[in-house]
Amino acid sequence: MKLSKSISRRESLKWIGVAGLSAAFGAYVRPAWAGSANGRVVVVGGGFGGATAAKYLKRLAPSLDVTLIEPQTRYITCPFTNLYLGGVRAFETLWHDYTELREVYGVRVVHQLAEDVDADRRVVKLADGEVLTWDRLILSPGIDLRWDALEGYDESASERAPHAWKPGAQSRLLRQQLEAMEDGGTFILVAPDNPYRCPPGPYERVSMVAHYCKTHKPRSKILLLDSKDAFSKQDLFTEGWKANYGDMIEWVGRSQDGRVLRVDADRLEVETEFGTVHKADVLNVVPPQKAGIIADRAGVSDASGWAPIKARTFESRQVPGVYVIGDATEAAPMPKSGFLANVQAKMTVQAVMADLAGQPAPEPSWANTCYSLITPEWGITVAGVYEVYDDVLREVPGSGGVSPLDASAVFRRQEADFARGWYAGIAQDVWGTRSSS
Amino acid sequence: MFDTLRPRHFFVIGLPLFVLCVTAGLLLAGDSEPADQAETLPDAVESGDAEGRVPLDSRAEIIAMSCAACHGTDGRKATAIPALAGKPAPVLEALLLAYKRDQMPDATVMPRLAKGYTDEELASVAEYFSALSPE
Ligand SMILES: Cc1cc2nc3c(=O)[nH]c(=O)nc-3n(C[C@H](O)[C@H](O)[C@H](O)COP(=O)(O)OP(=O)(O)OC[C@H]3O[C@@H](n4cnc5c(N)ncnc54)[C@H](O)[C@@H]3O)c2cc1C
Repeated sequence: MKLSKSISRRESLKWIGVAGLSAAFGAYVRPAWAGSANGRVVVVGGGFGGATAAKYLKRLAPSLDVTLIEPQTRYITCPFTNLYLGGVRAFETLWHDYTELREVYGVRVVHQLAEDVDADRRVVKLADGEVLTWDRLILSPGIDLRWDALEGYDESASERAPHAWKPGAQSRLLRQQLEAMEDGGTFILVAPDNPYRCPPGPYERVSMVAHYCKTHKPRSKILLLDSKDAFSKQDLFTEGWKANYGDMIEWVGRSQDGRVLRVDADRLEVETEFGTVHKADVLNVVPPQKAGIIADRAGVSDASGWAPIKARTFESRQVPGVYVIGDATEAAPMPKSGFLANVQAKMTVQAVMADLAGQPAPEPSWANTCYSLITPEWGITVAGVYEVYDDVLREVPGSGGVSPLDASAVFRRQEADFARGWYAGIAQDVWGTRSSS
Repeated sequence: MFDTLRPRHFFVIGLPLFVLCVTAGLLLAGDSEPADQAETLPDAVESGDAEGRVPLDSRAEIIAMSCAACHGTDGRKATAIPALAGKPAPVLEALLLAYKRDQMPDATVMPRLAKGYTDEELASVAEYFSALSPE
């Protein structure tokens, strides 16, 4: 094997070009300055984007001083909370912690809320009063919910009509409500307009609710009231719903009066654009969203509520030295996924290291796959590879796309198995969580 | 990767491709470099130009970072999705190219992803993972 390895490696030099030749083993070489990058990087948010950024900063440049700020000692993923709701996954399997970051990579993990950022003075202020200085700041705060967007839907309303779009107590509440629902009850999910966290999420959620109801409450009805006329993997979801759940799930798009404008959480009622009132037994409202509030404090978000970034580096377009990754960004055509938050983190880490060394950032490359489960044995995907072209992000022409329609049961089953494999793989990559699939 | 590398497919597709690649490898072996030059690991930082810099972006490593989101850090996580670290480069490369050219029946997501890269990039990613130790 050694022999053929060295040959293909030498072959690869051709593709890497002259620069590669000078370095002997082009494909593997990091710029020499990279490993010894110096400076202090603060990362805000220990989710898919932030925890990955902290880990890869230390992996690639152990000499960097890296601090991760995250209020929770236990991170719960949104991915697979739908499986928990459907009763096919234990809640504890969604928990991750910061032991690997701290003990293996030497990241300083501070369990505090970042309250304010002063980009001129390059400091971040924590809730306990501590002030940290940074040379570069990476923000991955995820989303906050827009409590002002739907009439009647504020934080206290979410205690009766949960969103469960930020995981934790909300996920448990929704699960309890579903379990308490009578057979023959109506589950209503209110879905927002684009952009929002996890485009296929609402549709996977009703799939998993249907999976639960099919066995436990077969006379129940699931109504999806949508502010859009089209959604991610729509044909695949529609096909899968029909095949597995008959007409248990009804989707109402915007032009069929699916857009909800008002919520009455006490009566579990919603009212649409054209005045139709729907009554639920369990009401799951996914409201419009924006970048986590710290993005506003740092001055990186704009009127849209999201943070515009430079395509190549994900440095804020508004505040130099501050990088934003994950759901908080305005990074169309990339969807807001945990997968992309993870890959964005890795690309941005390299841009930060290059910047600290006064070098241009290397050419980035991002891939994404969003798995959704229609049943535990029926998975579907949408994938994409992204690049910078003319200073903007775009999908590499000819790449990406969704699973085929009319695929075999074996194919659907395999994508479901890969969904579970993906979860184990990314949980290992981000938090070092050891688990089988 | 190895999306459909179930036993059946391995014999139908993987094995012929593997044989093909190994043969190709042997044919090229005549003018190979000393094997010990193959020992450099990706983690090593090579010496560069006079200022100690190498004006090079490590394209393979950059691309491989996306792979880790399913295959684990350094491609070392084995689930229904296989680990990649330490797998023979000719096999990985042949698979990636076969995905890209839709020559893997029943493959799921890999054909859609492989189409996002040039053949050279896929070959260098294959090389990259093959040089990593499995553990
Ligand atoms: C139901 C559902 C299903 C999903 N399924 C998938 C899926 O299958 N695949 C997929 O790829 N994605 C999925 N997603 C999307 C995924 O959860 C997000 O894209 C991902 O979490 C984004 O990562 P992030 O780092 O931007 O934010 P997060 O993961 O939300 O992390 C943000 C972190 O920052 C912390 N934080 C916020 N503000 C501060 C502050 N001021 N100071 C300190 N810390 C702060 C928070 O506590 C949090 O831990 C799903 C989402 C939902 C809702």
